[in-house]
Amino acid sequence: MDPFIAAALFIILAPVVGILITGLDRILTARMQGRVGPPVLQPWYDIRKLFQKKQVAVWGAQSFFIFCYLIFIIFTGALFFAGGDILLVIFAFTLGHVFLVLGAYVSYSPYAHIGAERELIQLMAVEPMIIIAAIGLYQVNGSFLIGDMANHPGLPILLLPGVFLGFIYILTFKLRKSPFDLATSHHAHQELVKGSTTEFSGWTLAMVELAHIYELVVMLGFIWLFFGDNLILCVAAIAIIMILEILVDNCTSRVRWQDAMTSAWFVTLVAGAGNIFALSIM
Amino acid sequence: MLSNDTYMELLIFLILFPLLMAGLLTLIQGENFRRAAVISGAVLVGIASLITLADSITTQAVYHSVPVDMIGILIFIGDILISGYIIFVSLKARQYLVTSITTLQLILLCAVEYLALADHAHIPELFSDELSGIMAAIIGVIGGLICVYALGYMREYHAEHPDRPDKRPRFFGIMFLFLSAMFGVVFSNNLLWLFFFWEITTLCSFLLIRYPETDEAVKNAFRALLFNLVGGACIPVAFLVIFLGQGSQYIGLHELVTAGPGIALIPAGLIAIAGLAKSAQFPFSSWLVGAMVAPTPVSALLHSSTMVKAGVYIIARFAPVFEGQIVGILIALIGGITFLAASAIAISQSNAKKVLAYSTIANLGLIVACCGVGTAEALWAAILLIVFHAIAKSLLFLSVGTVEHQIHSRDIEDMNGLVTKMPRITMMILIGIAGMFLAPFGMLISKWASLHAFVESVPPYGILLVIIIAYGSGITAFFWAKWMGKLIAVGEPQTKDESHIPRSEKNILYILSALTIGVCFGFPIISWYLIEPWLLTMYQSVTDLISLSNIEIMFMMLFLVLIMPFSLARFTHSARRVPRYLCGIPEGRSTAFMGSCGINREIALSNYYLERIFGEERLSRISVGMGIFLIVLLLNILIIGGGL
Repeated sequence: MDPFIAAALFIILAPVVGILITGLDRILTARMQGRVGPPVLQPWYDIRKLFQKKQVAVWGAQSFFIFCYLIFIIFTGALFFAGGDILLVIFAFTLGHVFLVLGAYVSYSPYAHIGAERELIQLMAVEPMIIIAAIGLYQVNGSFLIGDMANHPGLPILLLPGVFLGFIYILTFKLRKSPFDLATSHHAHQELVKGSTTEFSGWTLAMVELAHIYELVVMLGFIWLFFGDNLILCVAAIAIIMILEILVDNCTSRVRWQDAMTSAWFVTLVAGAGNIFALSIM
Repeated sequence: MLSNDTYMELLIFLILFPLLMAGLLTLIQGENFRRAAVISGAVLVGIASLITLADSITTQAVYHSVPVDMIGILIFIGDILISGYIIFVSLKARQYLVTSITTLQLILLCAVEYLALADHAHIPELFSDELSGIMAAIIGVIGGLICVYALGYMREYHAEHPDRPDKRPRFFGIMFLFLSAMFGVVFSNNLLWLFFFWEITTLCSFLLIRYPETDEAVKNAFRALLFNLVGGACIPVAFLVIFLGQGSQYIGLHELVTAGPGIALIPAGLIAIAGLAKSAQFPFSSWLVGAMVAPTPVSALLHSSTMVKAGVYIIARFAPVFEGQIVGILIALIGGITFLAASAIAISQSNAKKVLAYSTIANLGLIVACCGVGTAEALWAAILLIVFHAIAKSLLFLSVGTVEHQIHSRDIEDMNGLVTKMPRITMMILIGIAGMFLAPFGMLISKWASLHAFVESVPPYGILLVIIIAYGSGITAFFWAKWMGKLIAVGEPQTKDESHIPRSEKNILYILSALTIGVCFGFPIISWYLIEPWLLTMYQSVTDLISLSNIEIMFMMLFLVLIMPFSLARFTHSARRVPRYLCGIPEGRSTAFMGSCGINREIALSNYYLERIFGEERLSRISVGMGIFLIVLLLNILIIGGGL
């Protein structure tokens, strides 16, 4: 597919896919908790409502940083689905997140501040695994271009079992699910109020939500790379992984940041780094 | 462009003119006269170094034999004088370890000279190619800017510390002497010459670090001297190996490198150890951290354009020799471990200059790792890192120095909300920090390229380095981003006050910020016209590391990042202002609230330093241990290799 069309399709379709997945997520979560749950389009209704709300903020600059966050997450995703260089995608992703963190810092609110610090700890916890995943995919495909990786005829996951496991582990951070929802959480019973997003409201918060949805699609895109061009297998894997993530989300409690970070680094080292090291020896 | 002879005269001018300036500045007492001399000297040096850079693009590498035989003897006398001076001061300060190492070095050097008298081949003493051109431009332009900045800074420095002796004439003299010696290092082809200039840089850094003359400064200066001498002592040993084993024609840098690993590996490994000490790699790193007791322009000079860059320069020169060798892999591992450990330690530091010092050590580690791997791709990344780091780091040091004089603290915790007090300076610190770790700015391009380079080279060690970078880059993002957050987090807005900052300081910061952004746009040009032709002569083939389409994407990001701030004004007025959520009743000031029992509380927010995990003492101990192990292993291999 032409890279520009792919990027455009991502920008248009990702919110639809993302909203559907989050909607299903909320229904499934509700069922696990013995509730009926909202309609499947509830995430969309939420965002629409947020956009209509009156804008209040501690400092106007907050919205600026969140706007940058959204822009760069969309940029990252577009680059990903246009088949760009995977390392560049990862770096652009980090840039986007730094903007989110800065947006949280600006307000000088205790809750947002701790949220921002923890957001950074999460960033530090997951970054090694993401880079190692990219390197592993390179070793299998012989190219850093996502366009080439997506056309891999076989199943890269067979050569990258450790990397895949490590990636699933840090996916929990990225989806902001328990036990690693340190910075901000979907569940309203946390000690940090809403953590890094405490001071956001109105369309600033709507932009954060929208960016999360784009981010979800990009992260699932990473999973796709482990399955090459076997799309059916890939969709099945994504469904299973999402159900598992939701299950874990509902039956664990948040861990301390020390445990979150050290365990992520440990899993990265043992599963991810071990895997790519083995590949380079072979 | 220039004929070879004029070109050579330019090189000699670059070495001798700062030397002349150094002598002149030591004599000048008047402040206005000194100002005029420093500015005109810096401008001249800057222009001359840029001409050298431009010329290295258009002409082939130039080699030049100095026709006067006397100079060789003069340089030997110079060596003896330097050693004599060091022995004198170290005896006076009862630093007997320094004395003994200097004596040892002197004895070795005399042996070398004795051998050289018996048998000396005629090799060109001076040379210049693209790499020398790049280094010269960094030394001339960045070094010159720092000297000009120091004019205003040192005046304030002495106003603030009336107890410290005001020896500014000597201070500026040493700064220029430093530049002269650095030009000498990058233009020398004769390794004996290079060693002479090398020792001058060691001596200059010693004198500059002890400038405040406090007990701590003197102690740290001697530590810097000691570590650099220990490393430096390996160079005469390398000369002995060359003269006894390989023949005197290999005393030329170019001749040695092109001779290939069979001949060059052992001398190159020994000289690289001196380079590791000079570029503050573990286990030698503590001298650079200690060096921050010196006035800020000195730190900026040591960290960005001189001293540590001499260390990585010499390792980069020998990189082709290290390609695929176990010696190279060990050097790369030392660099990799330094990168990881120094970045991790930076997390636990709240002193801005210390964060900068550790980040310098980390980045040098990355450069050393690239050079140790020694493939064309890795070297490409290393040279770009040298360029980007020199500019961004000098910007950061100088802006922190400016902030320090205004808020009287160099603690990051005290920089809360600096964006309202000094918006312009804050903007420049933000540019500098972004240049250090964020896409699409400078350093990240090199990190990306080094990942590309490592993944294929010397398996499985290359992957080991990749894993190190993967961890290191997350850590780097953490400590830079939390500093950025501190700068822009505004509790109660402070009144804007930037008027006390000397104009010369501000202008220098503007120029450096422009350069930081400029090289991000200009890096493909640097790569096409300078680095790639140089690599082509060294390796005979070069592959594109970063394809054109990726450069286009980088530029798109760069434009996006740069136009974003223009929308800031729109956002600042679009929202109704409300007090922050404090889980209590807000009081008159928006940073206070009424807590339980009706007590008024002021909020105070501080960053995470994760002392337990990333504590300086613990991590240094581990990494110094690993560094010593690897260095000793390296020495063992060199000795055994020499014996075989």
